[in-house]
Amino acid sequence: MPLITGSKTRPSYDVVIVGSGAGGGISGYLLAQAGLKVLMVEAGRNYKPLEETPMLNLPSQAPLRGDRTPDKPFGFYDATVGGGWQVPGEPYTTAPGGEEFIWWRPRMLGGRTNHWGRISLRMGPYDFKPKSRDGLGFDWPLTYDELAPYYDKTEALIGVYGSNEGLENTPDSSPGILLPPPKPRAFELLTKKTCDKLGIPVIPSRLAILSKLLDHMKVSRYIHPDNPKAAKILADHMQTRLACIWATDCGRGCSIGANFQSTTVLLPPAVATGNLDIITDAMVREVTVDKNGRATGVHYIDKHTRTDRHAAGRTVILAAGSSESARILLNSKSRMFPSGLSNGSGLVGRYLMDTTCSDISAQIPALENTPPHNEEGASAMHMYMPWWLYKEQSKLGFARGYHIEFHGGKRMPNMGTFGALGARTNGAYGKKLKQEARRYYGSNISFSGRGEMIPNDKSYCELDPDLVDMWGIPVLRFHWKWSEHETKQAEHMQKTFTQIAESMGGKVTSRIQMRKPGEGIHEVGTTRMGDDRRTSVLNGQCQSWEVKNLFITDGSPFVSNADKNPTLSIMALAWRTCDYLMAEMKRRNI
Amino acid sequence: MSSKLVTIGRRDALKRIATVGTGAAVAPHVVLAADPPAPPKRPLTDPDLVNPVIPWEKVLSAEELKTLAVLCDLIVPADEHSPSASKVGVPDFINEWVSAPYPTQQADQQTIRGGLAWLNTESHKRFGRAFADLAAAQHHQICDDICHVPKAKPQHKVGARFFDRLRSLTVGGFYTTPEGMKDVQYIGNVPSASFEGPPPEVLKHLKLL
Repeated sequence: MPLITGSKTRPSYDVVIVGSGAGGGISGYLLAQAGLKVLMVEAGRNYKPLEETPMLNLPSQAPLRGDRTPDKPFGFYDATVGGGWQVPGEPYTTAPGGEEFIWWRPRMLGGRTNHWGRISLRMGPYDFKPKSRDGLGFDWPLTYDELAPYYDKTEALIGVYGSNEGLENTPDSSPGILLPPPKPRAFELLTKKTCDKLGIPVIPSRLAILSKLLDHMKVSRYIHPDNPKAAKILADHMQTRLACIWATDCGRGCSIGANFQSTTVLLPPAVATGNLDIITDAMVREVTVDKNGRATGVHYIDKHTRTDRHAAGRTVILAAGSSESARILLNSKSRMFPSGLSNGSGLVGRYLMDTTCSDISAQIPALENTPPHNEEGASAMHMYMPWWLYKEQSKLGFARGYHIEFHGGKRMPNMGTFGALGARTNGAYGKKLKQEARRYYGSNISFSGRGEMIPNDKSYCELDPDLVDMWGIPVLRFHWKWSEHETKQAEHMQKTFTQIAESMGGKVTSRIQMRKPGEGIHEVGTTRMGDDRRTSVLNGQCQSWEVKNLFITDGSPFVSNADKNPTLSIMALAWRTCDYLMAEMKRRNI
Repeated sequence: MSSKLVTIGRRDALKRIATVGTGAAVAPHVVLAADPPAPPKRPLTDPDLVNPVIPWEKVLSAEELKTLAVLCDLIVPADEHSPSASKVGVPDFINEWVSAPYPTQQADQQTIRGGLAWLNTESHKRFGRAFADLAAAQHHQICDDICHVPKAKPQHKVGARFFDRLRSLTVGGFYTTPEGMKDVQYIGNVPSASFEGPPPEVLKHLKLL
């Protein structure tokens, strides 16, 4: 898959896109397929999933049995390369007195889409109008119904398995869009039996994994009804994607294209159009503007030569990731824009949000000595629990909901699988220890709550006046504060998970009351969209209020951060923005 | 989905994965960076995931490894299901572990090296010989005193904390080998055309049938 041109092939482009992950990938795909000349600028290195994915490699083949290290925070085989919680030479700081925000940054083509959890949940009608419902946070300048067609198209294009359950604020997809969900695993069925009694819904999860081959003819015509050339390019590429082989961890990436990664699903057909150039190892410093205040392209640093370069375009899309896109705007200072580009409202960097995360692990005696069988499936969850207490929200003491992800089964042993065996067996060793390992293997279930955080004034990022990174670019300084809505929500998660585990006859073995700010890796906000230029950075189409040929298509425009993991919504929203951008180009407005 | 498509897809899948390297076909242990030919140096944040190397030197002495092997086999001895820990290279893995340049592993190095020395001191005090040279009953006499931190006497707490950490590393190292996985009857990491879900005997075991 030759993706990279290595250099610009033309002096100027119709569109310059910063970033190649979910938002940048879908933007590049759509615009190149429509015939625009596009340059994509990626800060990380080129990455080739077909050659670099350790699909079936064993822990014993990796250093430290593949365990987590500061260099490979999610384990050796995790697809993330060149970064993680820290990127060498590219620090960020925490404001004195604030809680520490940690910032996940891969430096690679395709960004986080290479290792992400593949969880693809739609935001529901309530999620777009949260302030109207409970007075907190802000409303989006669009409704669910406006985004629904884009959810359909995104799901059809990338391939998502799941089911339509007709539950409150948990939208169905249009008929024929979803792939069938895989059968539940044993521990998932056992959990469902208990949750049925507790009134907690357990339904098929929605993951961007091909449970069967995509219908390339049908999908390509649906995505590109009026563009036979684009449909053919998509159909040709879609046939190179294979269905899930029900083995290996999606977090390693997928060399057969059975799950969604920008690098396997979006960038190859985009490059095949001949309209997309990609340059990697190119760290964008700022958006340049002309004397009329229009964007003219981006300044970037070529990391290999450490030289300053410029990429010119008549439109600029930032999709560098929330916070990073804000950083670029804040750094784009000029006489005309003294506080940074598109920052007349002073809101760039503001209302940074993450997901509320709380977890427990429990040992379930009923699962001991379960007859051995293959429980791997699609690696991630086949079932999950969507938020179910909408009617009781006013009694809960916190404003918004969470969903529950749960994991278990006899999965491939790693360094942690038997870590607690000594304590659990009161100090067994020898043959007795080996017997106990057989007995307990696969009897643990972990429950993870992933909840909605409400945006607040005290959680934001800004430029640190005292520090630049190794490329000479001012770094971000993070401010953070959880509100009681999040801490009380985490308490509710702990109570609920304990109740489920104990109702199953199990015992909680470990707890994480609340993960660190940023640890959910769902940071969104910082350039929010809105109806009023005084209180938002972008208009209802994710177009800058002040620079009309500047758009943002990552998670930065998010106005709220529902418990629905953001990637699918980033792509649906980016699709809508690209449609608007192309229409405006046709109308010669940009 | 027609069965023909599945078959083609699966064969194609296996072919593609084969180019990356399958678990079963590759030797279970990684090679040292010092082994020729030396691979090009890559940042620790961006290692070669398909052909891994261990980019650090191992620090434990031959004497330490000898004691470690005896202790690892007391923790995970051979039985009718699987070989002992030392037979599948666990002492060497622990050497790799404690030699790594990360905070967790550096702390473990102190715990393990200090613990091995503590153990030999204790052996000499009790029996006048190094731990590796003791008889089986003597091994157990010491191990029984240090196998459970909450129950260990104050004078054995240091040894007990060492034993607990070593037990975690030993079972971690052991059950991540193909032999260890076979022992607990892990079934997976095998490409297949469909996912069938739990068989009836599993549902019966869980009272779901």
